[in-house]
Amino acid sequence: MSDQRDDRAATGTDPGEPDILAELEAEIARELAEERPPAGGPAYQVVGALVALALGLGGAILAYGYGLGSLREPGPGLWPFIVSVVLVGLSVALLIVGRHLTDSEAFTRSSLQPAVGLLTFVGLGALMPLIGFEIPSVLLCAIWLRFLGGESWRSTAVISVATTAAFYILFIILLRTPLPHLF
Amino acid sequence: MDVNAFLDGFVLVTEPQNLLYCLIGVLIGMLIGVLPGLGPAATIAILLPITYGIDPVSAIIMLAGIYYGAQYGGTITSVLLRLPGEASSVVTVFDGFALAKQGKAGTALGIAAIGSFVGATISIVGLTLLAPIVAEVALDFGPPEYAALALLGVLLVATIGSGNMLKALIAATLGLLLATVGRDTFSGAGRYTFSSLELADGIDFVIIAMGLFGVGEILYNLEARHGKVHVPAAVANIWPSRKDLRQSSGAIGRGSVIGFFLGVLPGGGAVLASLAAYAAEKRRAKNPERFGRGAIEGVAAPESANNAAATSSFIPLLTLGIPANATMGMLFGALLILGITPGPQLVEERPDVFWGVINSMYIGNIMLLILSIPLVGLFVRILRIRPAILAPITALITILGVYTINNSVFDIFVMIVFGLVGYLMKKSGFEPGPLVLAFVLGSLVEASARRSMLIFDGDPTGFVTRPISGALIAILVVVALLPLIKKLRRLRTSVATEATPTKEEEKTR
Repeated sequence: MSDQRDDRAATGTDPGEPDILAELEAEIARELAEERPPAGGPAYQVVGALVALALGLGGAILAYGYGLGSLREPGPGLWPFIVSVVLVGLSVALLIVGRHLTDSEAFTRSSLQPAVGLLTFVGLGALMPLIGFEIPSVLLCAIWLRFLGGESWRSTAVISVATTAAFYILFIILLRTPLPHLF
Repeated sequence: MDVNAFLDGFVLVTEPQNLLYCLIGVLIGMLIGVLPGLGPAATIAILLPITYGIDPVSAIIMLAGIYYGAQYGGTITSVLLRLPGEASSVVTVFDGFALAKQGKAGTALGIAAIGSFVGATISIVGLTLLAPIVAEVALDFGPPEYAALALLGVLLVATIGSGNMLKALIAATLGLLLATVGRDTFSGAGRYTFSSLELADGIDFVIIAMGLFGVGEILYNLEARHGKVHVPAAVANIWPSRKDLRQSSGAIGRGSVIGFFLGVLPGGGAVLASLAAYAAEKRRAKNPERFGRGAIEGVAAPESANNAAATSSFIPLLTLGIPANATMGMLFGALLILGITPGPQLVEERPDVFWGVINSMYIGNIMLLILSIPLVGLFVRILRIRPAILAPITALITILGVYTINNSVFDIFVMIVFGLVGYLMKKSGFEPGPLVLAFVLGSLVEASARRSMLIFDGDPTGFVTRPISGALIAILVVVALLPLIKKLRRLRTSVATEATPTKEEEKTR
């Protein structure tokens, strides 16, 4: 395995040839970075590690309660206990060494878009059993196209209705699934 | 090799219905490869519920087509827009886009398509010959070997995958933990169910995958999108000249071989293979400075390699029942849902599935060659579709699809929760891939480990004293310790030369 890892390192990092490849790579990285929000600071890393730590601790405590048994007769809690302990160890390690990683992304104003998107998911899930999937689907499409996607009202209307109609044909007429529907 | 079963597989694949599903699969694959955003794993996750009603062989032929089709499609955006449609086409960007700037976009795409076809076909032949042998060897594997192998798979995916290794390992451990939710199969005791009836049977793999991969990526793309419309470069003269072909034939051959071997390794697969093949070409070139300025080999090698690897990564799945990467994890889950357990017994018990999938790739790749040379203009036009229009459609497929699995609204909300988790993981730098893969393998690891302990009568040294499991454990330890050793070595060298390779390395992944 080590060879391949070396190979990969070599694609951009052969010493002595600071060449066009490295430049191009840097250029691509820059371009991609422009489209990405700024990196979140150490707080993001710490919170991430703490959440993992909490899950590990909780998992371990609950698993202990399920009964560990012995190596000869493992109880239901032994395996999840081991996994949780490993999780705790890894999270602590991340907490110590990972504070200055730059792989997180800060929440910005545009993070509101996924939040709205998530709400429409919840809305569809809540409304579908009550009034069928058609009206909530048209609404979801409309919100996504007009407000999240910036489409014109006309194409919003056409695409929303056409999409919902296509799904009606697919799920109700062709696949005959018992999807709650109004019509 | 059972020649009759192999030929029967061809008969099966050429049935009109299977040909149709193969075509649908590779078309969808090309499409999502061309459109940056959804990857093959997410697409397979989203489409899983639809496969429930289809015959298992057709379904798996279609899903496999999505994976290798995406490798073809990813090239197009790399060359024309300098945006890799798939992670496995990132290195193609260097020389592909340089060629496009010189007005040779057609040549680059043509060579890439031919290289992809050759790489995949060589790899399928290798798969055809090698897979039955591996399956036969693996028939002797007992629970200790499976426990070690599955654990090694999880570890390799976590360590070789993209991003920070510690975070990948944390994600994988979480996956193992999530797999224990529900009734314990040995004692019947409920674990982490919090007295919920819905959780008593555990969390459905499809719902986790649809949430983390599907909803998570949809939400993430919603934020990352900037409404920038990219204008692709003009494509003319897709047929490469004789000189181009001669110049790239060596690179195609070497890329195919590198890709085949790297694809078989757990955690390997298309991304790693394309990088290794590019590096190998550059290293052996007489004047390496051509690379990055439009060397045709720089397109031929990685594109041959990523297709060869995408194909050969089916070997561990079909013969050992161990998925080598996240997309294979999705196919593993899909097979389980369709009532087929992938493993060494597959070739004997379900030769139709085994040979059906393998032989469908011969045909699928011919379809892809046709799609990506004469019909490439069609896919270039697709680049003009605004992502805003596709987003709500994928969102709806996901929600309506997940409901139809069990006709359960509860599932919708579980999926939404995992979608939120997947989105937050991406924001904080955790890849969801290792989690999903570990989740798939989790119950296999636990059940095999516990059965082994019964066999060994409570003595864990039994894992080490059996030859195969002992060797696997040894590899496991080496893989786990390797990064630490490398780090120490790098610290020493960087003090000496003041080189800082880590940053660049992170980006290339």
